[in-house]
Amino acid sequence: MTAADHDVILKLEDVSKVYSGTVAVKRANFEVRKGAVNVLVGENGAGKSTLMKIIAGVEQPTVGRILLEGEEVSFSSSGDAVNRGIGMVFQELNLFGNLTVAENIFATREITNRFRKIDSREQDRRAAEFLERLEAGIRPDMLVEDLRIGQQQLVEIAKAVSLDARILIMDEPTSALSAAEVEILFKVIADLKARGVAIVYISHRLEELIRIGDYITVLRDGRITGQEKMKNVDTQWIVRQMIGSDAKDFAKADGHIPGEEIFRAEDICLPRVTGGLAVDHVSLSLRAGEILGIYGLMGAGRSELFDCIMGRHGHATGTIFIAGKKIRERDTTRRIRRGLALIPEDRQREGLVSILSVASNLTLASLSRFVRLFHISGAKENQAVTQMVRELAIKVANPAQEVSSLSGGNQQKVVIGKALLTGPKVLLMDEPSRGIDVGAKADVFRTMRKLSRDGLGILFATSDLDEVMALSDRIAVMSNGKLTGMFDRGDATEAALVAASALGHGPIPHGEPAYD
Amino acid sequence: MTDIPAKASVASASNGSVLLTLMKARTFIALIAVLIFFSIAAPNFLSAANLILMSKHVALNAFLAMGMTFVIITGGIDLSVGSIVGLCGMVAGYLVLNGIDLQVGYTIYFNVFEIALITLAVGILIGAVNGLLITRLNVAPFIATLGVLYVARGLALLSSDGRTFPNLVGKPDLGTTGFGFLGAGRLFGLPVSIWILVVVALGAAYLAKYTPLGRHIFAVGGNERAARISGVRVNMVKMFVYMFSGFCAAIVGLIISSELMASHPATGESFELNAIAAAVLGGTSMSGGRGTIGGTIVGAFVIGILSDGLVMMGVSSFWQMVIKGLVIIVAVVVDQAQRRLQQRVTLMQMAKAG
Repeated sequence: MTAADHDVILKLEDVSKVYSGTVAVKRANFEVRKGAVNVLVGENGAGKSTLMKIIAGVEQPTVGRILLEGEEVSFSSSGDAVNRGIGMVFQELNLFGNLTVAENIFATREITNRFRKIDSREQDRRAAEFLERLEAGIRPDMLVEDLRIGQQQLVEIAKAVSLDARILIMDEPTSALSAAEVEILFKVIADLKARGVAIVYISHRLEELIRIGDYITVLRDGRITGQEKMKNVDTQWIVRQMIGSDAKDFAKADGHIPGEEIFRAEDICLPRVTGGLAVDHVSLSLRAGEILGIYGLMGAGRSELFDCIMGRHGHATGTIFIAGKKIRERDTTRRIRRGLALIPEDRQREGLVSILSVASNLTLASLSRFVRLFHISGAKENQAVTQMVRELAIKVANPAQEVSSLSGGNQQKVVIGKALLTGPKVLLMDEPSRGIDVGAKADVFRTMRKLSRDGLGILFATSDLDEVMALSDRIAVMSNGKLTGMFDRGDATEAALVAASALGHGPIPHGEPAYD
Repeated sequence: MTDIPAKASVASASNGSVLLTLMKARTFIALIAVLIFFSIAAPNFLSAANLILMSKHVALNAFLAMGMTFVIITGGIDLSVGSIVGLCGMVAGYLVLNGIDLQVGYTIYFNVFEIALITLAVGILIGAVNGLLITRLNVAPFIATLGVLYVARGLALLSSDGRTFPNLVGKPDLGTTGFGFLGAGRLFGLPVSIWILVVVALGAAYLAKYTPLGRHIFAVGGNERAARISGVRVNMVKMFVYMFSGFCAAIVGLIISSELMASHPATGESFELNAIAAAVLGGTSMSGGRGTIGGTIVGAFVIGILSDGLVMMGVSSFWQMVIKGLVIIVAVVVDQAQRRLQQRVTLMQMAKAG
């Protein structure tokens, strides 16, 4: 591969994207080069997907310019971008399950005959050509919903390839592919590259990136922190740019000794809709004042485990105990009363009622504390709100403000405050530092330390290795629904955690279940 | 280069906030506008007798609109209220005239107070059916209440074979007299129905603002998943709003039968649409989470005054419909514009700050 300078085909200048509550991309300058694989990498929530959606016309930048071959463009929809030769393979599958593979590939640009009738035979023939190249044994007339997830991902790829795009964006295209399918995909990419297509490739898997990338761009907290030719960099460089030299402030452990067991889960199981178990016979115990980190990759079953503990799934099995007492209540409302509280992973969808005020959100889960007969005592409520705002250092001018006007970090503090106001004994925190800025992260970590000192048991799930190593008293590792490792802080090494989190994630032979 | 857009956005932000305040007060401005317009355009409009008469008309819609407001805030819709009005009127009429035949030679007659209670219970019960369909059987609110709309209307027609129950004066020896009090009676110079409206409206507004249930109604409509995780009993909240809506409809059924001293099975047809219109005009968001009882009452008054005023001016009823429709559409367009403006102002501020 001669990394002779490839021409820049697309350029983003000072692009920012703001959602209510979070700045997803800040003043990004990004170049895409022809006939090359432009790799984009960053931690969860760094803004990779948002940046790509801006290029693909799915999202419009709040401020900034997009230059396509030197000419300023603005895409008001993904259709616009497709017309200009930009295609995208989305991370979330954007397929119509009720239509056939060929119909999906040609959706919105159906091949028609003279009478505007869809020529399905021609569509099937052309679709078959693309599918042939992917060697996946998918027939064009199959219904998409009958395919495995990996195969669906290949259909998505075939669809993007069929656009004959000049720029092709692939957002985590290999996340559901087997090792053999990944090889095929790389062949297709090499082929496209030879034809001069600019490929933007997003992935978490560093070894993949180093293998096929020509240029690499690293994003952190919505900012671009590094742009290099791939041949000039190594893994360490990438990790340094991703995590940043400003080491995270994890707040020191204070060396208090955890007390008695406060929480125990036994044999928690949750069946998956598609068969198998999303949570597979998980048992663990937690002591008062202890922080137990649960490390795992996406889809390892951490969030599902928390959901089971909170009683969000009626069909989950297993038993939980709080302070030695078996919890018989099966619904969320009464489990909260028994001392459980969850800080969900997805703040916007599950954590906050975004159109209500900061104060109403804070007290939503604990209103009964402020009620006399049936009347909410405004004074008591205000007092609790003021106290929480001060304790968690929530930056808000007036608690009557809508919660959506806060920054992501402060929104997260509101979610934490809401959980704390219920007076929990056990706090479940799912990715508590996702998508918030460095300062707010440090605040959140400090709060966790303080709560554990006050005797709360904390279970926290994360896919951030640094975080789990720095904050936990003990570390549990989950993979594919199972608990695959349990380490004391002293014994845990990054290598051991990564190994445990990858158990059962090898190449999967087709057609047969990978695990017993 | 970078300074200029920054300044421009600050300027537009402050303009935006003045505009925002005006937009937020739009229903109230509309109310004052129609009052001023008709007091000039229609003679006798401001006479006490006319104002009281209009209030009685408005009250009927206002009851339904309050129930509808809670339902819409949770993100649902209740199309069945008009039919519940009809059916409850028939229940009351039937009880006044016939009592309940126990099939063993005895017939129980209830006094007016008991009849009112039974009728309200029927309204609440139908609301509960709506709620069960929606929470337990997962039927979409639109469909569930559409089905109940037909069922309740059919039952109302069946109860009398489509005839009217006339002349509900009752018999003194059976203790069923006095049914006219609700519709025609007065307390301290104002019609009884107005007093009931005041009591129910104050109760509903209190509920919305100062009770956990009220908070939960808004939370469910704002984000059902987040509400559930916070321990809100979402299904109970939904049951309540549909039962309350049924309760409000039953009140209207009683009042109309009492005013006319007769029960007609077709009473209340298309009332649900007026109720939705009043709620929306009063700032209730069809996507849930937003709305106030006060706004809805003002909305009901705007619609009521508009139609009564146009009648007094002699405008044809066909034109009245056109005008009412336009007012509703304008209200929603302004509502959307306000939402967008508000969002843009905050987002731009954050983009500059971040």
